[in-house]
Amino acid sequence: MTSMERDTAEAPARASLINDPKARGYFYQAVLIVALVVSGYFIVTNTIANLERQNIASGWDFLENTAGFGTNQSLVEYSETSSYGWAIFVGFLNTLLVAVVGIFFATVVGFIVGVARLSNNWVISRIAYCYVELIRNIPLLLQIFFWYFAVLRAVPGKRDKWSFFFDTVHLNIAGLRGPKPIWEPGAEWIGFALILGIIASIVVSRWAHKRQDQTGQQFPVFWTAVGLIVGLPVLTYLVTGMPMHLEHPNFVETGPILRRGFELNVGINVIPEFLALTAALSIYTASFIAEIVRAGIQAVSHGQTEAAHALGLRNGPTLRLVVIPQAMRVIIPPLTSQYLNLTKNSSLAVAIAYPDLVSMGGTVLNQTGQAIEVIGIWMAVYLSLSLITSAFMNWYNQRMALVER
Amino acid sequence: MTNSEMFHIRTEEAPRLPAPISTTGAIGWMRQHLFSSIGNTILTVIGILIAYSLIAPLIQFALIDAVWSGENREACLPQDGGHSGACWAYVKAYFPQFIYGRYPTEEIWRVNIVYFLFAVLLVPLAIPSAPFKKANAILFLVVFPVVAYFLLTGLVIGDTVVLPIVETAVWGGLLVTLVIAVTGIVASLPLGIALALGRRSKMPIVKLVSIIFIEFWRGVPLITVLFMSSVMLPLFLPEGVTFDKLLRVLIGVTLFSAAYMAEVVRGGLQAIPKGQYEGAMALGLRFWPMMYLIILPQALKLVIPGIVNTFIGLFKDTTLVLIVGMFDLLGQIQSSFTDPTWSTPSQGHTGYLFAAIVFWCFCFGMSRYSIFMEKKLHTGHKR
Amino acid sequence: MSKKFLPLVLGAAMGAVAATAAGATTLEDVKAKGFIQCGVSQGLPGFSNPDAQGNWTGLDVDFCRAMAAAVFGDASAAKFTPLSAKERFTALQSGEVDVLPRNTTWTMSRDTQLGLNFAGVNYYDGQGFMVRKDLGVTSALELSGASVCTNTGTTTELNVADYFRANNMPYEIVAFEKADEVVAAYDAGRCDVYTTDASGLYAQRLKLTNPGDHMVLPEIISKEPLGPVVRQGDDEWFNIAKWTLNAMLNAEELGVSSENVDEMKSSDNPSIKRLLGVEGAYGEGIGLSNDWAYNIIKNVGNYEESFNANVGPDTPLGISRGVNALWNKGGFMYAPPIR
Repeated sequence: MTSMERDTAEAPARASLINDPKARGYFYQAVLIVALVVSGYFIVTNTIANLERQNIASGWDFLENTAGFGTNQSLVEYSETSSYGWAIFVGFLNTLLVAVVGIFFATVVGFIVGVARLSNNWVISRIAYCYVELIRNIPLLLQIFFWYFAVLRAVPGKRDKWSFFFDTVHLNIAGLRGPKPIWEPGAEWIGFALILGIIASIVVSRWAHKRQDQTGQQFPVFWTAVGLIVGLPVLTYLVTGMPMHLEHPNFVETGPILRRGFELNVGINVIPEFLALTAALSIYTASFIAEIVRAGIQAVSHGQTEAAHALGLRNGPTLRLVVIPQAMRVIIPPLTSQYLNLTKNSSLAVAIAYPDLVSMGGTVLNQTGQAIEVIGIWMAVYLSLSLITSAFMNWYNQRMALVER
Repeated sequence: MTNSEMFHIRTEEAPRLPAPISTTGAIGWMRQHLFSSIGNTILTVIGILIAYSLIAPLIQFALIDAVWSGENREACLPQDGGHSGACWAYVKAYFPQFIYGRYPTEEIWRVNIVYFLFAVLLVPLAIPSAPFKKANAILFLVVFPVVAYFLLTGLVIGDTVVLPIVETAVWGGLLVTLVIAVTGIVASLPLGIALALGRRSKMPIVKLVSIIFIEFWRGVPLITVLFMSSVMLPLFLPEGVTFDKLLRVLIGVTLFSAAYMAEVVRGGLQAIPKGQYEGAMALGLRFWPMMYLIILPQALKLVIPGIVNTFIGLFKDTTLVLIVGMFDLLGQIQSSFTDPTWSTPSQGHTGYLFAAIVFWCFCFGMSRYSIFMEKKLHTGHKR
Repeated sequence: MSKKFLPLVLGAAMGAVAATAAGATTLEDVKAKGFIQCGVSQGLPGFSNPDAQGNWTGLDVDFCRAMAAAVFGDASAAKFTPLSAKERFTALQSGEVDVLPRNTTWTMSRDTQLGLNFAGVNYYDGQGFMVRKDLGVTSALELSGASVCTNTGTTTELNVADYFRANNMPYEIVAFEKADEVVAAYDAGRCDVYTTDASGLYAQRLKLTNPGDHMVLPEIISKEPLGPVVRQGDDEWFNIAKWTLNAMLNAEELGVSSENVDEMKSSDNPSIKRLLGVEGAYGEGIGLSNDWAYNIIKNVGNYEESFNANVGPDTPLGISRGVNALWNKGGFMYAPPIR
């Protein structure tokens, strides 16, 4: 195309319009816009014609209709009589839950493995290496199937259990059962105390920082904060007359066999679909995070540690004040994209009956046939999650980057 | 008495003694790397225990208790109530299906030729020192896809059937996995380059459109893209026009990976020093010649590891097509679980283990290659 | 490189786009391409299931082969596209498949709102429950508090919700995308109950580790008439689908089977004569040759043969005719006469 233009642009005095980068820029952009509008028009008219021909309803009215199907996990009140819109919202909350829990565990495991890979201990670093190379080279879906179908068979059946932590937490094929806190009137004060503790910790930390800048005196901020955040609610709990008790799961061992096992809706039950999905997601993502952490720590030159030691800092403060802040600058950008990947990968829940956004939306799609609307909701939700996360991480990254001279 | 008698001055080097046994050899190595402190010793013991508890049952299952031959499920049923090992006999019986799907038996030679051509063309392309790179690249990227397309789908000229048509519904197994991954990556390369250039363009609308496109596809999960291509795409087309299901998936996968490819290529473009652009412009090159002759050859060489990594990701992600009802390797394995002739308690584990081994070999091999290339390329750009 | 490659990819891509001329009837399309494309399930023993060699068998598959026999006189002129529950209607609407015999329940909304037509019922089904024998449950009404595995995106998920709600029983639903996953989860003990169409229960039971440890409860909680589906607005094709099914049923009623069909051609029974095209021109009425029904019976068989070969008592599924017997033998199968 360019060569043709070169041939036609003969008169250099006047043909500048073709050669003018600005004019050509406008021309290319105009072509792009026209192409986009035409293809957009083509798609929209075809879609409308198809919907009309196939008698498929369109619009958002279906969100109000009764869903009619149940679910095995919802963080908010949900029943078969709830609306389609509410069902999708329940799925959205489930996606958020698995993403947050998954990110937490992936970060913890990832940091441990990343540090272990740099360990002096040969066995530990080899294990960490094998973990990373094994896990990240096997498809996530296969790992989800493994956790759900292979590991699930290894745990006790519904009429049996494994108990941990002095018989308070139990595991069987129906999930992980634990005690559920039941709040009584007056319990709201505990919440207030917690908020107060957090605020007080922030204030104390600011004050201590200022004082150290001015006078050089240090203050044990961490332990004070722990005391405030844990101590205040506990104190309130005792003062207000213990307005909370634990509802322990009820394991029935007699009666008809179907009724044996844990009673429905007593205590907290974490469904196995959630456990398998979280395990697969966090272990898979952790293998990537481990590599990021390793690269981040290796990126901090050894001179930094030596200089810190020369200044008289002990090992702890060296790590905390010198190495980690610099490593974090390298770690955070790729870490963000791993968090986003985990969130997006949580949509594989659809393969193992975890009622996430895609799974619940898929059921709605099936029942109403309104593919465009449902897929639109999916994409909008994941896009906004992505944008929010990257915005937050950019902000955080900027704060960390300020350390630089 | 002279001074020399009062002081002993050594005039030659002392004989070199071997280092203490505890710091050299196997023992020294172990001391240093395994038992340097109490904490380290505990870690070593825990580590060995963990490794043993994971590896021992795996070997027990996959090798010791395994059943290697048999005609049907009887061979693999647990003997006298004991544990049953991997049922490799089942994998053996299903092996052709895992590799070719339900491709007609008498036409399988066509798939084999494609596999063969693929390997023969890819290997010299991947070896940096092999000659005839350009001819090889053209063969691999231009001639091979056309040949493979006609070999796999069939060729009918006029009324004469040169190769009988094999519809994509019977494709499956590794064939589908490779077709999706390779087509996805090869087709997304030009699109990705265009998007990367668009994102770095000075034209605001081109830039905006590229950014929106890239961020859109990077922001949504692949599974929603697949649902979109399998459920929504037919609605976008005029009445009577239908796309083959595999082609629909390929379109979705290509658009999806093009966005990731664009970011990889953009990284390469950014790594090219500004002097290269300025030098090219000073020579009077326009935009496309500058890109084609100066910038892209350097940038693309730089991003080969990134492209390989994208390919690994895509290769693993092809398993998702089983959710929209296609039979890739994992899907084919899963569908074989429903065959009552081979239904045993260990069938599922065996199938998943087989899938894991195949995927791992491919992905690990490619990641090694990517590291190798990275090291090789790194030296050239060190300053 | 990229410049040369892109057009090639596009060119190759266009080759795979099947553009059917708008306005042509399905029959013309099918005759032009030489085979019928059928949408079937992704693997349901007895209805549509591929074996290790990739050959499809089953009641739904036989229906599709019968249509191919009616149109081409050749039962092998049928190709199969496995479809998930989610995709099936889109695939039919968009023309990817010509007919959808995919154990699909005939409901009013599907018949009227999706631009589809049901060509009849080739299997009367109903939703049932399967449990482990050692649970000691004998009726679905004892299932209060049970966890239930099922498929998402089907009517079964809604029926089970209605049933438990109507009987005021709490339950936990575990809904999977694919039937194989439901079976695997139920087999692993994740659920107490597996619910789907009763025929499906018998079929899926074969995939369990120990089929003998499980039983199907007597309750049938819904009506599930399963039938082949075609696009709305093409009456000619709709008629062919409808009468293919009716021909198989009439053949059974008249005692014509694939074994005796050649002798039956010389039968004196006018009904048989009309069926086999010896008398009258009924095939031409639906755009086919007059021996259309002969071809069906010769190549595929009558309904009884198909039933017995795929789901009947002598097959691993072991389903008795029950309500699927002919109307004069205590069942619901009643085909309008050919005359």
